Amino acid sequence: MAMQNPFRVFLSGNEAVALAAAHHNITRGTGYPGTPSSEILPALRSHGVAAEWAPNEKVAAEVALGVAFAGGRALVTMKHVGFNVAADPLFTAAYSGVSGALVVACADDPGLASSQNEQDTRSLAKAAGIPVIEPSDVQEAYDYTRIAFRISEKWGIPVILRLTTRVCHTGGIVSGTYQPEPPPVLAFTRPIEQSVMVPAHARPAHKVLRGKLAAIARWNNEEGPFKVYGPSDAPLAIVTAGVSSLHAQEAAPDAAILSLGLTYPLPMDRIRSFTQNRKRILAVEENDPYLSESLRAAGIPAETNPESFRHGELNVSRVRRLVAGQPEPDAPPARAKPPALCKGCPHTQVFGLLRDVDAIVAGDIGCYTLGALPPLRALHTQLCMGASIGMGLGLRHTLPENEARKVVSVIGDSTFLHTGVNGLIEMAYNPPPTGHTILVLDNGTTAMTGQQENPGSGRNIDHAPARRILIEDLARACGIEDVRVFHPTREADALRTALAESCADDKLHFFVARQPCVLTSGRGRTQKTETANCPTPPSA
Amino acid sequence: MNQSPLNIKIAGLGGMGVLSAAEVLARTAFNSGRDVKKAEVHGMSQRGGSVASEVRIAPEGSPIQSPMIPFGEVDFLVTLAPEWEDLHKPELKSDGVHISTSAIDPTRLPSLKAINVAAMGILSTYLTEFPESLWLEALDASFAPKLHEGNRQAFAYGRSLVKAV
Repeated sequence: MAMQNPFRVFLSGNEAVALAAAHHNITRGTGYPGTPSSEILPALRSHGVAAEWAPNEKVAAEVALGVAFAGGRALVTMKHVGFNVAADPLFTAAYSGVSGALVVACADDPGLASSQNEQDTRSLAKAAGIPVIEPSDVQEAYDYTRIAFRISEKWGIPVILRLTTRVCHTGGIVSGTYQPEPPPVLAFTRPIEQSVMVPAHARPAHKVLRGKLAAIARWNNEEGPFKVYGPSDAPLAIVTAGVSSLHAQEAAPDAAILSLGLTYPLPMDRIRSFTQNRKRILAVEENDPYLSESLRAAGIPAETNPESFRHGELNVSRVRRLVAGQPEPDAPPARAKPPALCKGCPHTQVFGLLRDVDAIVAGDIGCYTLGALPPLRALHTQLCMGASIGMGLGLRHTLPENEARKVVSVIGDSTFLHTGVNGLIEMAYNPPPTGHTILVLDNGTTAMTGQQENPGSGRNIDHAPARRILIEDLARACGIEDVRVFHPTREADALRTALAESCADDKLHFFVARQPCVLTSGRGRTQKTETANCPTPPSA
Repeated sequence: MNQSPLNIKIAGLGGMGVLSAAEVLARTAFNSGRDVKKAEVHGMSQRGGSVASEVRIAPEGSPIQSPMIPFGEVDFLVTLAPEWEDLHKPELKSDGVHISTSAIDPTRLPSLKAINVAAMGILSTYLTEFPESLWLEALDASFAPKLHEGNRQAFAYGRSLVKAV
């Protein structure tokens, strides 16, 4: 690979995070795919860094914690809702701290381009006591990733790199000089008191955490990353971070803009001195009113933004209207063509069969969620990864018998291995009186997020052979009576009959509809990765 | 910002090559030394639904701020799906240029997939600040080698449709 120093490259935000992690000599990357975070780990692999897909974000975070407990530098990637899955280890990892470094790249999706909610990672991070750094563009995605690792290593604390759709999937220029971080020292030197969070250890560990956060806040006031734009004596002060900062710079060139890097814990002294003696103070931010509420709680009279600005992405036009005090919601965008299942997709076939048997489908997260949309309208619930099975069981327990019998849990292969397998255990352990049916749509890939491999695909992140978890064997191991695999197109009649019969009896059924995704079948298993002109560690 | 950036929006449906066309354009601008940003949304919308990519190119020596084009400030709108092009026309500046693929004769293309490259060929005749060599370099860098020859044909055909609107 061409080694250029100094370097100037055109990358996406996700690729810039990966490049920074590679330059920082990190030990290992792990994560679970989720738009808009999915391209970070493959890009990290393209630089020769050890990285892999985990079955879910909780396992990924735990692997990353093991790496960091061993003194290594770990990067774990996920989308915002993945943070909920990983929250259990991460909330307590804030107490235990880490020996090496742990950076959680967590990508929010304001405006819900491809997500089920609009949650704000900053609010969760504050609840956990985990520092948050927010890049606004591709250059900062590179720079702040490296700062995140430094903060994590200096204070022995996990750090969240909060990305958003417009940072992850914006292409832009990154330039710099290649300055590699020396490799970390790998050893297990942690005292039990800091590594085993029983109450007697966790009580003092909580105090240690609050002490670290106070120290990081002091550092953030004095040396933390920030930028200022616009005339310094402007009557309007804007406090902002992330991509909102770029919109504000363009929409309000006459304002004095404080663009923050580390937004938890906030550099409140810096904000106070920047905003004092202004006629007007605005916080420009997407999702939760995190900055404006924090400023007001500290006695800084930032305006309360109209509720309409809490919803959807910001852009230059919206920030212009926020500055002009026009709270009316935007005109709804012209109706674009909605997404649909691909031509020839095996899921379409299966939803036809589910309609034939008049099933109430407890659904899940993946391409097949599109089965809820017209013309299919054959998927009736969907909330989060893996929920189809637990919710299907709850419906079975509760509905009148004639309706309970129609309930089928429909879940994809990657989603099943993510958190559906726990629902399978629940079904085996607490079967409803009418029995239940799980139908796994196994297309051999994690299709919706870009056809990543998973533990059921038999290939690793490099698309090289790996141990394949046979989904139906897990059901057999749980003692499910009726486990069968169908080709949904070639064996459509048999699958329809099996579904109809399974609804009529009181047994537990586990069916797999196995047919490759049309996007992965018949094509080489190579994925495009961005490596052009990126200086890469010589050891990589 | 003293001068306005050049705002180009490429729109179509998933699978039509919107994102690759934007990649070619952004690389061309990048190779010229300008600041450039390219914004798009991946994921669910790509399943046959509407897809758009926005490319903003700064005047020499200036930076791009927001990666997204403010409403009504599109200089060049390139639409790959004629039945959906009315959706985006209100985003054009009053003197903005709409490049539609209706001017392209598909039988002149090496493959129908190359329509995005032909559209970039048309666009290139307006962006005279970027020499053809920069475009060809970006074109080769954005696609697998087996597509290079066909892409060059499609690009040249697009360029031959002088300022077709």
